[in-house]
Amino acid sequence: MADAAENKVAFELVTPTALAVSEDVDMVVVPGSEGDFGVLAGHTPILTTVRPGVINMYTDGTITKSLFVEGGFAEANPERCTVLAEGATDVSELVASDADARLTAAREAFEGADEDGKKAAEKELRIAEEMVRAAGGNVTSH
Amino acid sequence: MATLKELKTRISSVKSTQKITSAMKMVAASRLKRAQEAAEAARPYAERMERMMASILDNPGALEGAGALLGGTGSDDTHLIVVVTSDRGLCGGFNSSISREARKQIRALKADSKNVKILCVGRKGRDQLKTEFGNTIVETYEGIGKAGVKFEEAQGVAANIIEMFEAGEFDVCTIIFNKFVSAITQEVTPLQIIPVQISDDDAAEEKQADAGPSAIYEFEPSEEEILADLLPSNLNVQVFRALLESSASEHGARMSAMDNATRNAGDMIDDLSMIYNRTRQAKITSELIEIISGAEAL
Repeated sequence: MADAAENKVAFELVTPTALAVSEDVDMVVVPGSEGDFGVLAGHTPILTTVRPGVINMYTDGTITKSLFVEGGFAEANPERCTVLAEGATDVSELVASDADARLTAAREAFEGADEDGKKAAEKELRIAEEMVRAAGGNVTSH
Repeated sequence: MATLKELKTRISSVKSTQKITSAMKMVAASRLKRAQEAAEAARPYAERMERMMASILDNPGALEGAGALLGGTGSDDTHLIVVVTSDRGLCGGFNSSISREARKQIRALKADSKNVKILCVGRKGRDQLKTEFGNTIVETYEGIGKAGVKFEEAQGVAANIIEMFEAGEFDVCTIIFNKFVSAITQEVTPLQIIPVQISDDDAAEEKQADAGPSAIYEFEPSEEEILADLLPSNLNVQVFRALLESSASEHGARMSAMDNATRNAGDMIDDLSMIYNRTRQAKITSELIEIISGAEAL
């Protein structure tokens, strides 16, 4: 890290209702749909979809902030990294019981879903599973 | 001439109307503030979504693999008009200016012998259009944005639009809404959302702001797959934005309409009080004359 200012990535996390995060960080790790990827300054331009999971922001080698996102899109280029997420919560604010409740509801919805609703229910189920993991719980299959 | 009692009742009824309008003005003003904040908070997402769309569309070859949401169905025989109005009235020309624009567009399309379908968001729009186009209204949403517009509500509307599109029920979709300019001005805005139109102005501005060469992006997964996800999301955002703008405009329109009404009521009270006082004095004078002339006669 020769020049701090030049080696930073301008990271932005935007949801439909707010600009959740806008910070310069050393590195940000985004859960892409094809695997997690870290973005440092000077990253090659890339556009990808984001799966439900946790975004970690690093500065000086430590995680400064972890955010749970419900999936969306990410764009990275040499100067910045932008994530468009449909929902975002700080991991420290996640409540395990809420996540569990959501997972139970999602499982029920998935079981009861007809052909048309199956896809949406599966998406919701995956979000809920990741949410439980992010909140520190275990996803037990049944 | 009206009697004193009649005048008194009229004055008190105008006064209570004024109380109501001024209370409604206060309510609209506080709602306006919230709606405006919500509209502003949603702006970054829409802007970045547009930037992402532009990055993809800049890429050579992106348009070829794109689905019908972007490229259209190849025909424009059936149009879906989404009319965004409010559920409640008493907001000046807010709803009627939307219906006027909708009516104009629908008539023009019909004159061009196109099929038209109407989707109403808000009860007022349906009420105003149903006499002329009752059988073309396919769906009405009510109660949206009662407690502030939620993204889920926009998603619901957008999902319905996409479903209809995929079922081949229309070729072109236009949304007509009031764009919030300021608390006293709204602008009726027709916006074509299917097939997607990236407004040239914004794209050009964005490029200037970036001031860099437009990079060739890598896509993960493929462009087509990203577009397949991004286009419906983009539609959600467009609908969400239209609903937010409309909600802010509605409260703005209601606020100024109620402000006018309060002022008019005030003027009316002044006028009526003047008449009341004159009548009262005239009555006293005539009584005095009666007494004096009675005394003189003795």
